[in-house]
Amino acid sequence: MLFFTRWKAAAILLMAFFVCLCAVPNFFPESTVKRWPEWAQRHIVLGLDLQGGSHLLLQVDANAVRKERLQSLNDDVLRVLRQARIQFTGRAVVGNGVQVHITRDTDLDNALAKLRELSTPLSGILGASGQRSVDVTANGNLITLSPSEAALTERIRQAVDQSIQIIERRVNELGLVEPTIQREGIDRILVQVPGLQDPSRLKEMLGKTAKLDFRMVDQSMTAEQAAESHAPQDSEVLDGEGNQKYLIEKRVLVSGADLVDAQPGFDQRTSEPIVSFRFNSSGARKFAEATQANVGKPFAIVLDNKVISAPVIREPILGGSGQISGSFTVQSANDLAILLRAGALPAPLTIIEERTVGPGLGADSIAKGKISSYVGAAMVIIFMLATYGLFGLFANIAVAINVAMIFGVLSMLGATLTLPGIAGIVLTVGIAVDSNVLIYERIREEVRGGRTPINAIDAGFSRALATILDSNITTFIAAAVLFYIGTGPVRGFAVTLGIGIITTVFTAFTLTRLIVATWVRWRRPQRVPI
Amino acid sequence: MRLLRIVPDNTKFDFMRFRRISFPISALMSILAISLYFFHGLNFGIDFKGGTLIEVQTKAGAADLATMRAALGALGLGEVQLQQFGAPDDVLIRIAEQPGGDAAQQQAVTKVRGALGSVVDYRRVEVVGPRVSGELLSYGVIGLGLAILCILVYLWFRFEWQFALGAMIANVHDIVLTIGFMSITQIDFDLTSIAALLTILGYSLNDTVVIYDRIREMLRRYKKMPMPELLNASVNQTLSRSVITHVTVSLALLSLLLFGGQAIHSFTATMMFGVVLVGTYTSVFIASPILIYLGVGRGGDALTRAAGTSKEKP
Repeated sequence: MLFFTRWKAAAILLMAFFVCLCAVPNFFPESTVKRWPEWAQRHIVLGLDLQGGSHLLLQVDANAVRKERLQSLNDDVLRVLRQARIQFTGRAVVGNGVQVHITRDTDLDNALAKLRELSTPLSGILGASGQRSVDVTANGNLITLSPSEAALTERIRQAVDQSIQIIERRVNELGLVEPTIQREGIDRILVQVPGLQDPSRLKEMLGKTAKLDFRMVDQSMTAEQAAESHAPQDSEVLDGEGNQKYLIEKRVLVSGADLVDAQPGFDQRTSEPIVSFRFNSSGARKFAEATQANVGKPFAIVLDNKVISAPVIREPILGGSGQISGSFTVQSANDLAILLRAGALPAPLTIIEERTVGPGLGADSIAKGKISSYVGAAMVIIFMLATYGLFGLFANIAVAINVAMIFGVLSMLGATLTLPGIAGIVLTVGIAVDSNVLIYERIREEVRGGRTPINAIDAGFSRALATILDSNITTFIAAAVLFYIGTGPVRGFAVTLGIGIITTVFTAFTLTRLIVATWVRWRRPQRVPI
Repeated sequence: MRLLRIVPDNTKFDFMRFRRISFPISALMSILAISLYFFHGLNFGIDFKGGTLIEVQTKAGAADLATMRAALGALGLGEVQLQQFGAPDDVLIRIAEQPGGDAAQQQAVTKVRGALGSVVDYRRVEVVGPRVSGELLSYGVIGLGLAILCILVYLWFRFEWQFALGAMIANVHDIVLTIGFMSITQIDFDLTSIAALLTILGYSLNDTVVIYDRIREMLRRYKKMPMPELLNASVNQTLSRSVITHVTVSLALLSLLLFGGQAIHSFTATMMFGVVLVGTYTSVFIASPILIYLGVGRGGDALTRAAGTSKEKP
């Protein structure tokens, strides 16, 4: 156990040196590190609990996705049956499907065939999965179409992907630095913004779907009448500013998807804040046609099912641009412009978890983490020196290199260091010391058993190492489970603990042995000084 | 230089005799801990209960809890707890989960921010909605169970099933007592507590494995030694290591406890209890003597196995 070939010793030292070297970028200011070659830039990222910032977990409203899917299926059924000139009655969304009653028995086969075309095969990750997007069943003349669960899941997945892109745009427009936006599970999105102290505005921006529609106001009756009795089938009553209610046609003239630009500004006459916008060519054409046909009538600008304003069309708007005036403040006009530029979310998002740490608390935590680490390390070092003397010094050197290697590995991985993570490192010091204690105690025993010093040291190492491996693997299993189930800070703890265990085993098996072996070769001890 | 020897060489302490005291004590303590859990309960933090936690620091002078309590009480948010947190200008506000789903929790935060205004610094805002809190709790429990299971399987492969079973009994004992500790102290039980429990698990096992390793070695070497004697010898031989390691770990933990600040205070306090007090006691007084009852085999040597264990069976 005490013999090392030259190249083996060199390899161990080189590896330890290289891993420690990886920790170097952490000790230089970011601006300095930026000028280094890219491979040398990797460093430990401070967790939000240490540097301050906001962590928001959002969930896509799966029910809204489901509802929208049913609504569009409903529209598809109408389109298909009309195109095929099939007469039907009682088309409606019922439960988890769309039902339609085919009037004539002779049309039934044709209708089924046409409606089945709405169902497309789902392509799984590994080619065709054999599942289809819509299940079509017939019961007499009643045909039911229901979207399959797999198709809905797929749609939710797509909605999350789209939402991530849109959130990225919105967050970037707010000028926030280095946000991370990532998917969590099937229907969740994690948004982390370092340095953000008050996420109120961000939350407001994320909480809006920003679905903008231009629709006609239904003038067949007043909104009050419609609210009291029954709104016409193709119209609905929507809220406006204050207590105002509007009766608005469901048909959308132009949607926000056709916008290419939106900018905040001021109305030239009233100098109130406004949002001016520009359509793409197809949006411009649709808007021109609609306004030409409806001069003198009011239309409504609807944002997230709320009427922002309902101006009367004075003349056809042909240029493809216009402006929205409502009761905006400068900030709300600015925010709306951002939302319109970034696009609408495919489904509403709900914030289901928020953790925000102010920079003051983060700095305090770093300071406390440092003090407790230094004090803890100092106490352990003194205790080891008092217990084992020269070998205690060896142990301390090994533990110091061990800690440096933990920082090196964390840097290589670009891992996140959290406050519990610091606690993990401090605990690793405990474990690392333990490995030395195991070895030394074994050596003491072997000496008592009557072996010669070199023999005792050799036997001590070889017997203790098996124990070190066993005991560390159990702790490692705990760390691995913690990593798997944990989120945020807890995961940070698991990472440092796990890495710490690996470096500890490495150090015990190689470095500590190498140090002791070198000492034995150099001094040829007549007795073991522990 | 004279080196420090906490445990003198050649200690011969009869640990196994203590099992007649330690087993009943442990059983009693475990029952106590379990009844504490059921009748006194754990102080579930927002991670598992849902709700809002806000840490504020007043910008000028010490915090006036009465005024703040009045201001927040008027918001109609149900139960609002205020607590001095470390320094006199540091206040922790806890708001119970609001009825009305995830959006309602967010509105509560907005209301609090409105009521306290800008005379305070918001150091920390944590909001956990009902959906997430349920998941976090089940993940925590699953994780704990999974960890115990994985470790059990590992020990079973590495040793014999008796060792794995003994270690698991010792483990569950540790966790039960620690939960009892959390119930008495009413320390916040949150995700970090699960982390603490898992670490206690790891450490305690670490210790148990070291002793078991020695027991296995002794079993191979001294095939005729009676079980209690052999276990005693094993524990005594590893005692010095156990004590030294626990001193170093407690030094590290003590430093975290004293200087690590409020944020990890409950974490380190739990660890201190679990690792230093319970873990050490368990490996010496529970995990080792329990092997007497589980009938550990001796490397396939049937004759000595019979000789070794028959004496012990009552």
